[in-house]
Amino acid sequence: MSGRTTDVAIIGGGLVGAWTAFFLSKRGLRVTLLEKSVVGAQSSGVNFGNLRLQGRFSGQYPLSLRAQALWEDFATLIGEDCEFEQSGHLYLAYDAEEQVKLEAYAQLSESYGLAIERFGPADLKRRWPWLGERAIAATFSARDATANPRLATPAVARAAARHGAVIRENTQVSAVDRQGCGFALRLAGGESLSCGALVNSAGAWALEIAERFGETAPLFPAGPPQFVTEPFPYLIRPSVQAIDGSVIFRQIPRGNVILAGYPRTAADPVSNRAPVPPGKTLAAMRALARVVPMLAHCHVIRVWSGIEAYLPDMIPVIGPSETAAGLFHAFGFCGHGFQIGPGVGLCLSEMIADGSTQTPLEPFSIARFRSAAVVSDKFRKEFD
Amino acid sequence: MADTVIIGAGPAGIGAAEVLCASGLRPILIDEGARAGGQGYRRPAAGLALDMGRLMGAQAGKYAALHRRFEALQRRIDYRSRTLVWAIEGRQLHLLHDGRAGTLAFDKLLIASGAMDRVAPLPGWTLPGVFTLGGAQLALKDQGCLIGSRVAFLGSSPLLALAAGQYREMGADIAVIADTTPFPAKVAALPGLLRVPRTLVRGLGYMGASLLAGTPMLHGVTPVAVQGGSRVEALLLRDARGRERRFACDAVALGYGLKPETQLADLAGAAFSYDPDFRLFLPEIDGMGRAGPDLYLAGDGVRIGGADAAEASGALAAHALLADLGQPQDSEAVRRLTGQVERLRAFQRGLARAFAWPKAQIAALPDTVMLCRCENVTVGEVRAAMNKALGPLEVNRVKAMTRCGMGRCQGRVCGPALQEIVASRVGGDGAAAGRLRGQAPVKPVALAAAGTAA
Repeated sequence: MSGRTTDVAIIGGGLVGAWTAFFLSKRGLRVTLLEKSVVGAQSSGVNFGNLRLQGRFSGQYPLSLRAQALWEDFATLIGEDCEFEQSGHLYLAYDAEEQVKLEAYAQLSESYGLAIERFGPADLKRRWPWLGERAIAATFSARDATANPRLATPAVARAAARHGAVIRENTQVSAVDRQGCGFALRLAGGESLSCGALVNSAGAWALEIAERFGETAPLFPAGPPQFVTEPFPYLIRPSVQAIDGSVIFRQIPRGNVILAGYPRTAADPVSNRAPVPPGKTLAAMRALARVVPMLAHCHVIRVWSGIEAYLPDMIPVIGPSETAAGLFHAFGFCGHGFQIGPGVGLCLSEMIADGSTQTPLEPFSIARFRSAAVVSDKFRKEFD
Repeated sequence: MADTVIIGAGPAGIGAAEVLCASGLRPILIDEGARAGGQGYRRPAAGLALDMGRLMGAQAGKYAALHRRFEALQRRIDYRSRTLVWAIEGRQLHLLHDGRAGTLAFDKLLIASGAMDRVAPLPGWTLPGVFTLGGAQLALKDQGCLIGSRVAFLGSSPLLALAAGQYREMGADIAVIADTTPFPAKVAALPGLLRVPRTLVRGLGYMGASLLAGTPMLHGVTPVAVQGGSRVEALLLRDARGRERRFACDAVALGYGLKPETQLADLAGAAFSYDPDFRLFLPEIDGMGRAGPDLYLAGDGVRIGGADAAEASGALAAHALLADLGQPQDSEAVRRLTGQVERLRAFQRGLARAFAWPKAQIAALPDTVMLCRCENVTVGEVRAAMNKALGPLEVNRVKAMTRCGMGRCQGRVCGPALQEIVASRVGGDGAAAGRLRGQAPVKPVALAAAGTAA
């Protein structure tokens, strides 16, 4: 078969695919990134933009901390601004049971070296006077941050291109086959591409590739109902989250409040649409007005969602295929892939270029789905 | 009996409601306004004594007749004024009334959402004192106010002379009527316009009255800037011969024709296609206004045709709705209405060709011009984003990267100009730039509208 050859082909131009292309091309490997539409269009581009460290899955901290260092260095590494704001993250508890959970999160975060500040009701009002009355306790992590997801992925892809990566937008992959110890890809339009290693970072569309090599995972598409308000003076610095999951919001320096609500909502990867049910918008509006009563007369100007890939244990698949040497999966980020994205790209580049990575990724192996899947509490809470 | 809901109480919505009532239905008529009439036939705020006969001029008879008809109709329908439809989900409307959110289920939906001005930005267009032409007319009809005492009318529309006439009648000085379309282009479009000679004669009458009143009327101008410190002080133009002309004024009305308000049709699931004459994406409809299962579109909200076409197309869409309910068709009425709607819309299409949307002038705007005033995005920022590697070459993507069209008005104001800026970069006709997708809420909704949780 004639056609082009590359060291690594990456299917899926989201944040993970772009960072993987960036690190591999920086190390001198020939990389082609294949994206069916435009880079960063789906969950990478439409997510809430939280770079939260508090309250993550314990096995994810080494990866998360590596990723945060990369976000902190984004402007230098990538050469563009992605509206990175290290404005901290505030977790709120509304009853004794939630407070216990909050304390457990705090201790876990501290065991990985994060600085966590604890607040009772009186300190809370002093520090953040815009908060309503209901919260009984809170924790604050100053290293947590936010960024603009719409800007981040295209910027990383441009940086990868400057290091020599070939970024192919509007390029659907129609077939993937084994070829020697590498892979042969057929692209829509009939073109072919051979590669030594293959990265499957195709998000909600990743299962097709995994199943081509006899592996599967109970992946399904969904999206967070989100909205943005009109701008008003910049008062709310941290990203704020109720630990009951009812609401996550942040104000950006230009003044708008961005909110992500629950439960998550159905998305259709075939029609490429994730409509936001107005009832969920109204529920999120009530939740926000409860947490910040002064916003009652602030207007919502736009809603949106996007297509994210979820797994029932609410942790992603990251790592080598169990069936095809040279194939690496990174998908199913369950709505929390934005923060770890750069770290995942770095780890994949190390696995491909060096054969291994220093970051423990065992919990994320696709092998865990060979037996019955464990359903996470978060999963039960975040879907209806 | 099925629940039939009409959105919009202008001529199209009223025309539709009359036909449905005559067949024994009791439709729900939802009106964002406080009083029926829509924008063109808007009534002054309650308690304001305004001589509407004098203000409406040649349209006074139609104005009075429509409001008489609505009064006769009102007790036979469920009329809900001051009610905004902010989202549509399946067969349910999400409403906002008196600051509270509510819902309304429907079996059949007829949207007659009307039109708004299409804005072509120019340097200084965000200065206080710059209005759209429709806004200038509404200030008169709704509040009895003038936008200034010496007003310049700029754009590309036969309504410039009409509105200037209304302003002159109400005591304003007219600084200039300046049209971006060259005079020969208008003359070339005359054959098409002759299909509706009465309207054409009326239009020529407005122009004649302006000439008699000594108002400068320029054709083929290139707008240079609205000048002023903290508000409008002058309009600067280049005339057809390339000379710079400055007109002192304290207000500017910009009129580049109308664009359908299609957000609700979009949320209701209508398909869209590009119309090269209007240079807009418009909802697809059949000859009677059907846009999908149980969805009907009428009036200027789907095709610009003016008040008479709106009224006839409302009635026609109502006939389609009745036919789909299995009622016997009044084929004579349908034939007459179809002919009327086609003729009037063809006339407006001719006008759109004669008074062309100045796409080349927009494509040539300086980088420093504000394009999206909600989000403070300049023409130059949009161009810079498009020129980057992997830069956006489609309007929704441009919006994602630059925030142009992402603000309070959701691109209703900057959308058409953004379309031209993107189209001029990607080449081809305006369709290649793509269509800004609608998202709820159609207009901003306060958090308090959602109420408090149980």
